[in-house]
Amino acid sequence: MAAQGRHGGRKSNKMTALVVDDNMVNRTIHHQLLDNLGIENVAVGNGKEAVDIHCSGKAFDLILMDMDMPIMNGIEATRKLREMGIRSMIAGVSTRSMEQEIREFIEAGLDDYQEKPLTVSKLISIIRKIN
Amino acid sequence: MNFAKNRTVSTVPAAKTGLPVWMMGLVADRLRADANRLLAFLFNQGILDEQFLQLQQLRDESSPNFVSEVVNIHFHESEKLLRNLRSLLMDREFSGYNKMGIHLNQFMGSSSSIGAKRIRNACFAFRAASEQNSRAGCLRALELLEHDYCFLKNKLHELFQIQQQRVLAAGARYPMQN
Repeated sequence: MAAQGRHGGRKSNKMTALVVDDNMVNRTIHHQLLDNLGIENVAVGNGKEAVDIHCSGKAFDLILMDMDMPIMNGIEATRKLREMGIRSMIAGVSTRSMEQEIREFIEAGLDDYQEKPLTVSKLISIIRKIN
Repeated sequence: MNFAKNRTVSTVPAAKTGLPVWMMGLVADRLRADANRLLAFLFNQGILDEQFLQLQQLRDESSPNFVSEVVNIHFHESEKLLRNLRSLLMDREFSGYNKMGIHLNQFMGSSSSIGAKRIRNACFAFRAASEQNSRAGCLRALELLEHDYCFLKNKLHELFQIQQQRVLAAGARYPMQN
């Protein structure tokens, strides 16, 4: 019997993740981090692509969302995904560290926020919050 | 000389180097020492930070060259960003502090992710100058950034060359295991 995940219809119990970052270095590193933890993952280059991939029917347990991106930034993308009813864990990942800079990002609907660079321990702390 | 009875090394001299196999061990030790010395220098001088070690830990059997691959992506992207920053600042009708901020964020994010601490700090200084709308300050910051970037690039290329030589030395030393 196919296992029903959080989003229904998925045939695997393996956790899935979406990496949203306009920087290729970060996409590569985050992909490898997730891969090493056995998490299937896909990477896109901006917030609009993150929204589009959800519109195509795909779903993920975890979204790693960069803040500063062209076309659609992380704040707009997070807000849009929440408006669409997406309840995945969304963790903001950015170089910003000042409270006022990240407050708007958190208020857009993040479940967690981690300052870059993302490390194994930071990623594990995010994953532990996923039910 | 025949070491076959007591040692697991091949008795055939390393064809590529012309050195006898027993000497390859000394070469390998020296290369390891060179690599460690270079890394220690880069950490002690604040050029790299702990994130570089995190990157090394992401290597596995399926991606043994992960660090050099990521760093080369960073270099490729950085050169484009530096060109864009210089082009913006040299523009006679310069008013692109916003656009400069976008490039800087990219550079900062990518530099942090590979552990390039000094470059990341230079980006912070550059950002501060751009927030003060100081074109002269930005130019000075850009020159420092370009200098630090070139220095890091040369040192990391040197490190990767040493690591590549270690792999070759190990392959020559143990071409066939019985």
